[in-house]
Parts: sequence; C-alpha cells; structure tokens
Amino acid sequence: MSEHTTHIEEHRDDEASKLGMWLFIFTELLLFGGLFLVYSIYRAQYPTNFHEGSLELSVTIGAINTIVLLFSSMTIAMALTAMQKDNKKLALRMIAITLVMALIFLINKYFEWGAKIHHGLYPGSDLMALLERGHLLYFSLYFFMTGLHALHIIVGMILLIVVYFKVKNGSIHHKKYVLLENGALYWHLVDLIWIFLFPLMYLIT
Amino acid sequence: MMNNEIEYISYLKHKGKFKGLFSWIFATDHKRIALLYLYAIVTFFFVGAILGLMMRLELIAPGETIMKPQTYNGIFTVHGVIMIFMVVIPGLSAVFGNFFLPILIGAKDVAFPKLNLFSWWIFIFGSILAVASQFLKHGPPDTGWTFYAPYSTATGTNVIMATTAAFVLGFSSILTGLNFIVTVHRMKASGMKFFNMPLFPWSIYATAWIQLLATPIIGITLLMLIAERMFGIGFFNPDLGGDPLLFQHLFWIYSHPAVYIMILPAMGVITEIIPTFCQRKVYGYKAIAFSSIAIAAVGFLVWGHHMYTSGMSEEARWFFSLLTFIVAVPSAIKVFNWISTMYKGSIDVKPPFLYALAFIFLFMIGGLTGLLLGSVATNIQVHDTSFIVAHFHYIIFGGMGFAFFAAIHYWLPKMYGRMYNFKRANIAWGIIFVGFNLLYFPQFIIGIQGMPRRYFDYLPQFQTGHVISTIGGFILITGLILMVYNLILGVRKGAIAPANPWNGSTLEWQIPSPPSLENFDEAPVVKKNPYDYI
Repeated sequence: MSEHTTHIEEHRDDEASKLGMWLFIFTELLLFGGLFLVYSIYRAQYPTNFHEGSLELSVTIGAINTIVLLFSSMTIAMALTAMQKDNKKLALRMIAITLVMALIFLINKYFEWGAKIHHGLYPGSDLMALLERGHLLYFSLYFFMTGLHALHIIVGMILLIVVYFKVKNGSIHHKKYVLLENGALYWHLVDLIWIFLFPLMYLIT
Repeated sequence: MMNNEIEYISYLKHKGKFKGLFSWIFATDHKRIALLYLYAIVTFFFVGAILGLMMRLELIAPGETIMKPQTYNGIFTVHGVIMIFMVVIPGLSAVFGNFFLPILIGAKDVAFPKLNLFSWWIFIFGSILAVASQFLKHGPPDTGWTFYAPYSTATGTNVIMATTAAFVLGFSSILTGLNFIVTVHRMKASGMKFFNMPLFPWSIYATAWIQLLATPIIGITLLMLIAERMFGIGFFNPDLGGDPLLFQHLFWIYSHPAVYIMILPAMGVITEIIPTFCQRKVYGYKAIAFSSIAIAAVGFLVWGHHMYTSGMSEEARWFFSLLTFIVAVPSAIKVFNWISTMYKGSIDVKPPFLYALAFIFLFMIGGLTGLLLGSVATNIQVHDTSFIVAHFHYIIFGGMGFAFFAAIHYWLPKMYGRMYNFKRANIAWGIIFVGFNLLYFPQFIIGIQGMPRRYFDYLPQFQTGHVISTIGGFILITGLILMVYNLILGVRKGAIAPANPWNGSTLEWQIPSPPSLENFDEAPVVKKNPYDYI
C-alpha cells in the first residue's frame, strides 16, 4: 500500500508540465490582452493626450530596461542549455545573472515611478484629478500596466530563486530540468509583455 | 495490508500521511478533493437558496413585507454572487469532473494533484471573502452579481471585497481548467484516443478551455474596477469621461462563455446517463463530441446579446443575434441525440434517469425562451424583466442544477459504495420538479406583462404570479431537503452497492465501489468504444 502512495507521487511527465505552463502563459496573455484592449480604445479616443503623456516618460530609461530584460531572457535560455549539457556551475551563474538583471529592471522602475510620485503624479493624487481626461487615463494605464508587469517580474524572480536553489542542491539536474524550463518560459513571457509595453507607453507619437 | 500490493482499500479508508480532518483537507487524491468541493458547494447552495427564499417572501405581497429595499438589493446580489461564482461555475466540473474525469479516461489521478488541492484552497479562500463581504462594515454589495459600472464604482458598499472574491474564485477556476486539459491530453489510458473517450470527459474538456481562455478577461476587468474605486481613474465612469459600455463588454466577454462553463458539463452528465438507462449505444457520438467544442467556440462570440438595449449599433445587434441563433444549433443537436438514443432502447426509469428527463424538459423551455431573447425585437420588450430571471433559472437551475442532482444519483453508489432509497428519491424528484415549475414558470408570464427584475416592490396586478411563485419556492425547498436527507441516509446506512449497479459500460463501472486510491490496480487497456452494449 505504501508502495502505491509513493507511486502516485513519483508520477512524472515533463511534457504535461510544459503543456501546463504553456496554458498558464495563455491565460497571462489574455489577462494583459484585456488591458491592451482598454488601452487601444482610449488611445483611439484621446490620441493627442496619449502622445503628450508619452513625452513625459524617459525613453532612455525605458530603452535600458528593454535591453536589460532582453539580455536576461538570453541568460536564462543559456542557463537552460547549460543545464541540458550538465554544466551546473554555468547554469547557476546564468540564473544568478538573470536575477541581477531583474533586480536592475526593478531598480530602474523604482526611480522612474519615484520621480513621477515625487511630482505628485500617481493614481489617486490631487494632481491626477486635475489632469485632462486623456492624460489621466494615460497615466492610470501606465501605472496599472507597468505595475502589473512589475508584479509579474517579482513572481518570476521568486520562481527563479527557487529554481536556483534546486539546481544548487541537485534536485534539478541534466536529466530532470523541467522546472528550470518552465521558469525560463515564464521569464520569456514577462519579457514579451514588456516588449509590447515599451513601444505602447514610451514610443508612441 | 503490507503483504499484498494489490489488496483493495477504498479511497475513503485509505491512510495517508495525515489523520482525521487533515487527511481530507491536505489530500491530493482527486476523489477526496471532489468530495471536499461537493460538501462546500452543497453548503453554499443552501445558503444561496435561503437567500432566494427570502426574496420570494418579500415579493409575496406588494410593498414592504419582511425587509427594507436596501436589504433586498444586498440579498439579490449575494444570492447571485454565491450561486454563480461558488455553486454553478465550479459545481459539476470541480465535483464530478474531479472525481470521474480521471476514472473515465483510465487515469490514476489528474495531471497535477497538488495544483488540484491548491485550487480547492483558493476556492475556499475566495468563498470566505465573498461571504465576509456580506457582513462587514458598509454592508453587502448592492450592484447585482454583474457589478455594472458606473454604479459599482460609486456605491458605498463592499464592492471591492466581493469583486476580489470573484477574482480569486476565477483563479481557482482557471487552475482547475488547466489541470483538466493537461489530464485529457496526457493521461488517457493506453488504447484510448480522443474518439473513444466517453462524452463526459469531452464536455469537461471543452469546458476547461472556456475556463482557461475566458476567465482572465473577467480577472483583469475586476482588477480595473477595483483600481477605479480606489483611485478614481474613471475607466468606466462617464462622469470622469470613461465608458460604462466598455465594462459591460468586458464583463460579458467572460460571463457569457461562463454560462457554457455551467451547462456543458451538465450536458456531459446527461449524455452518460441516457445510454446507461436505455442500455443502448449513444446516438451520434461524434455529433455530440463536436457540438461540445462548437458550443465552446461559438459561445465566445455571442456576448453582445446581453447588451441590445445598452447602446450598440444596429449592425452589431443583428450580428450578435445571428450568432446567438447559431449557438443554439449544437445544443439542439445534443437534445436530438439524447432522444434518438432512447428510441428502441430498453428504458429503465431509475432516479438518475428521471432527473435526466427533467433536465431535457426544463432545458428545452430554457433554451427556446433563450431564442426569444436572442432576437432583438422581443429582447427589447422583455429586457430586465422577470422573464429573464425565469429564462436563466430554467437554464441554470433546471439545466445545471438538475444535471447535478442526476449526477449525484447516478454516481453516488460509486462514490460512497452505498445505495440510496429509490422510492424516496422518486418522491423527492416529483416534489422538486413540481416546485421548480411553480416557482419559475409564473415569472415568464408576469415578465411578459412587464414585471421588472430586481425590484423590491410591484404593481398589484402581478401579485397572483408572485404568490404562486413563492409557494413553488417552498415546495421546491421541501423537495430539496428530502432529496439531501435521502442521499445522506443512503451514504450512512444504505445497502452496499455493487460495482456496477446500473449495468453501465464506461470505465468507472469496471472498478470496485468505492474505488481504491489509485482507481485501477492494473493500468487499463481500452479496446472498445464507450457505450458498446453487447
């Protein structure tokens, strides 16, 4: 009987885990899809306000963050390949670099948001209430979308920290790395959403 | 216990890592999780039903009867939130999907057992939030379960907590759907392909896709509503230049497919019951399988029919009307197939079959009145009247509810290994059926005459209808109590049920009642189609 119990718990199907992760990624895309829909409707309604709003954002910081995230996507992919080739040391280093990149992204974001908040520009502030309609919507969407995205960065980081320690203690190894693969998939998703957010928020004219 | 590996121990008696209550609430066994859902959902159902009865009592006479208008607003909202998000959406798929999907496809468990347990915990957490929103300061939300903006952005009641609850419950629904899709793709027994999979798994599979793809939209919509209330953004508030129609669109993009989350598993249950009690191969297997997928797919494109009077272009309205008529076709295909399966079958009228018959009858009434609502002209006449209330209770209660009762009468001997009393079950069925029709049918009539929904008061001319309806409500609850009493008595003291009491042909009847922890002692090999009798 006890053999039965262990049997169920030992059931392992990497294809199933990956399929599950892909399905979860669909739901995340749809979650952001709803926001992109609202964004496109209000942008069509208030094109000039949205354009003026985007001028308030620093393209430089946005571009740096984009490069940082793209680079982190590369390093996590390299970590996966390293793991597949049984190079544990390199895999650990690559995961660590990914985590550092994520942290840099968040620090940038902190200064970016901090500057806005310093100027009294944040959801619910007195200044926001005085803004023109389109401006208000633009900045609300800016905080909402980048905030939700930052939350996903944090979740992704937690996931990768777990992965890091599992690689370290050897429970993820070159024959069993589906958790690392799923972590990487999730990280690419976070990256992908940013790739849409960056032009929509920073680059529109 | 130790010596023989194949020795049979029922999942109810199996000893795992934990003891007592913990062996249930920390169980990863899909069957135990199914029972956890069952107990929670039945409890919430009775809470919702009592709230419904209170509304009926208030409406027994014009003017104030037993409560103030604001209390009434709170009660219909709470009734809606509990019934929709905590009873009918999870209902069949979380209880019977969890229990029987793996068994019917010959699997030992779902693909992710721990995730399955996690979904239940999230469900309970969301339910606690929903119930708490009723009792905390500021009073219960009074927006109706639809949370329509702009009122929901402005009312002083606990809207944030109720919407957070709906968000959390949605997350649970997504994870359950994800689990089932992967289970169907990866866990089918050897020899089982998509097209010799029984039809209940087919309908659960179609449902799971809707849960997965539609629920995120309501998630983000509710988050936006919460942000709007907290920060005064004005996505949906016209005073701030926002667009309340946008909220309605986003809400119904989820909430119309959600209706199919409720009804598709119900159709799946009926499709299992009818061949068993007619001892005949199901008629048009592929038509039923594809119609589940068709309903899921087309169901995504009909949300606009909730909004004919909200302000949409003429073109949008006729387009949504056309699509609404199209989505009725696959449902009708299923009804034809059920009837055709009965033709020349050797019909054995047992309680599950009675409930299945009642399902078809009530679902037909609900479905045909649905067509009336799908056409723009009649819709505008009866929009927001009690006609709508009657229509969706015929679909959701007459459909999903009766299918749930059919399922519990069909599978209870398998789940608990005991049988209930047939005579009492038949009597309860009769009372429920009569009570149900008395409760909801008059609402069609007074609805056409102009009785608005969600109104606390009404003109004296509607009183006859309301009185009949209230009497029906009390008859219905009597029948429900008798049914539950009979089932509990069956579970506790009923005769020991054989492995295959109904002579069913699908896999769950080939294993002992109740099943062992791993369902199958040897991995089953499927060589035939389901529903092959002799």
